[in-house]
Amino acid sequence: MSKKELLLGNEAVARGLYEAGVRVVSSYPGTPSTEITENAAKYDEIYCEWAPNEKVAMEVASGASFGGARSFCAMKHVGLNVAADPLFTMSYIGVNGGMVIGVADDPGMHSSQNEQDSRHYARASKTPMLEPADSAECRDFAKLAYDLSEQFDVPFILRLTTRIAHSRSLVELGERQERELKPYEKNPAKNVMLPAFAKPKHVKVEERTVALRQWAETSGINVVEDNGAKVGVIVEGAVYQYAHEALGDSVNYLKLGMLWPLPDQLLKDFAAANEKVYVIEELDDVVESHCKSLGLTVTGKDLFPRCGEFSQKIIRKLMKGEDPEFDTLDEAIPGRPPVMCCGCPHRGLFYALKKAKVYVSGDIGCYTLGASAPLSAMDTCVCMGASISALHGYNKARGEEAEKKSVAVIGDSTFIHSGVTSLIDIAYNRSNSVVIILDNSITGMTGHQQNPTTGYTIKGDPTSAVNLEALCHAIGINRVRVVDPYDLPAVQQALKEELDAEEPSVIISRRPCALLKYVKHKPALTVDTDSCIGCKACLGIGCPAISIRDGKACIDRTQCVGCGVCESLCPKKAIGGAAE
Amino acid sequence: MSNGKSVMIVGVGGQGTLLASRLLGAAMTAKGFDVKVSEVHGMSQRGGSVVTYVRYGEKVYSPIIEEGEADIILAFEQLEAARYLPYLKKGGAVVVNTQKMDPMPVVTGAAQYPEGVLDAIAAKGVQVLAVDALSLAEQAGSVKAVNVVLIGAMAKSLQQDPEVWLQAIEETVPAKFLEMNRKAFQLGFDAV
Repeated sequence: MSKKELLLGNEAVARGLYEAGVRVVSSYPGTPSTEITENAAKYDEIYCEWAPNEKVAMEVASGASFGGARSFCAMKHVGLNVAADPLFTMSYIGVNGGMVIGVADDPGMHSSQNEQDSRHYARASKTPMLEPADSAECRDFAKLAYDLSEQFDVPFILRLTTRIAHSRSLVELGERQERELKPYEKNPAKNVMLPAFAKPKHVKVEERTVALRQWAETSGINVVEDNGAKVGVIVEGAVYQYAHEALGDSVNYLKLGMLWPLPDQLLKDFAAANEKVYVIEELDDVVESHCKSLGLTVTGKDLFPRCGEFSQKIIRKLMKGEDPEFDTLDEAIPGRPPVMCCGCPHRGLFYALKKAKVYVSGDIGCYTLGASAPLSAMDTCVCMGASISALHGYNKARGEEAEKKSVAVIGDSTFIHSGVTSLIDIAYNRSNSVVIILDNSITGMTGHQQNPTTGYTIKGDPTSAVNLEALCHAIGINRVRVVDPYDLPAVQQALKEELDAEEPSVIISRRPCALLKYVKHKPALTVDTDSCIGCKACLGIGCPAISIRDGKACIDRTQCVGCGVCESLCPKKAIGGAAE
Repeated sequence: MSNGKSVMIVGVGGQGTLLASRLLGAAMTAKGFDVKVSEVHGMSQRGGSVVTYVRYGEKVYSPIIEEGEADIILAFEQLEAARYLPYLKKGGAVVVNTQKMDPMPVVTGAAQYPEGVLDAIAAKGVQVLAVDALSLAEQAGSVKAVNVVLIGAMAKSLQQDPEVWLQAIEETVPAKFLEMNRKAFQLGFDAV
């Protein structure tokens, strides 16, 4: 027997890519999809890269497919919005080498700004979608998707949710099957989507959908588990596991492995074979609506919520009326929200923004935590890159007064992702906006990925690095300056001068993330309890290492990395000196 | 899940709870169980409350643990033990590090860190196995070994033979820290 390993769903997808003979992977990191690409990069046989954004990544994958290679791109659900443009037309064009798009949804929003359901994209773009229910299926479905992609001449979407992507279960490893590059033949009628060529392609897309639906009916990708019960449940992905946990063999299951196109006849037969049928699906009523469009009587969102992540508990409660027994303490338990890490270079900058009482147009990254108390220095946060363009719009709406009291904050990776075009808008259409690029030399929130500003590739090889100062100058920003966010007075000075300036400006707040391995930490700071007057000024920066014990400030030596930002806040100079 | 167990590992992002769940998963796989481990990455890693679930048995379906389902809660911090107490099965046990870490609402004065958390949990009839993992980690040679001390305590509470664990540790930690980690594991194992 070959070796069984306990793999994360994302690792198992990467294993599937390896075994399927994939040659090219291009992705942008996004929780919970990131580890697919990180693990694919461990295989020497696969060319892997971090692209500047998801649209670029999908276009790279489509180019590799034109070139005859099996290709892949991964993204989180909101990343698919960015990549939607190539998606809809690649559905018309189809593939040469097989192409698969990995997309990871985040029901429960563990680490996301919305709870969108990517299954809608499959239907909207007429792109077939598979959804695995454990790590073994992650590997199997990834491999299968390549065979189907080439058979039906269409990219496939492999949809995961957080609990599949970030759960480990056992996978039996297989061998890689090398694939020769398919020959490239020039074929504009297939690959150049001018209206004249796209019109007949649309007809083919509709014919392909009929063929895919037929395949979904009979291939065994959608499985009926007949337990001789009178009640049937239609489930997919993680919900299949929750349902099995909650209901065991007291119901019959129709486990969907292919979420688009759905198997009409199979759904009708399953409904006919059961006295009552439930559709249990997280997020939207995609499967339920389809069943109802077929005239089937099913129970779905009348019973189950549209919001949040499901579990065995929800299913037990709603279908069996069972509530668990458990103990709970009478006392209130204070929450523990995520915070900026000790030594985080964003902390000093956000403290300065709070003190300056400016409107802060925010963006996506670790620094979004600057919105939380006690820093509370963020007014809006929409999507990747929106900080800069939304600030421009805010200033155009409110005029000069607003320009003097507003900034945008955006990380280095997010700036490259989609902030550059927004900054071009500021330069071109002239708002006297202040944009702060928080350059911590890494893509932080998703767990330290390289990006075009860091000078290293995904494999750790040196490469060219975007020169942010030169880039800003080149697009028409004359005022560009760099500050060290550990130096609070310098940050405050820069902020004041740039807000007063009569033209657009960029402040680059530059210091590497404190969690990077090469960053050397200073010894933990200590508090001189004789000098400390317990004024709590040091608590204002929201550092998790600082607390009050017996009325005096106290620094946790296991957490403090000696960044010194708190030192400059103490009116009595009580903080300093490393511990013995 | 006959012979199986559901173990919840809770703590503060950055304390090394993921290592504990991976080691438990690896050790139970080596013993021939079906295993599922559920981790949450990303936002909540950063100083927030973190949870991982490990479930093993003949056949495991759901990767997550719900209220009233955990056989054991391994808590890296007192307040986190209290927060997740509802997930413990009646008759279950809590293995807990006595260390306290103030969450941001306590730091800012918006809330108070409750007193006597462990006594309150024990008063519910729950078996509480308290370990001063920070002191034991220092004794082993580094405050960073808190997680391995707690893994030792968990292994003992699951009535597991230390050998399979020590092997899992050997395969996971860098060679230069191996001796320190072995010592930390043993100190935790002997502490409960």
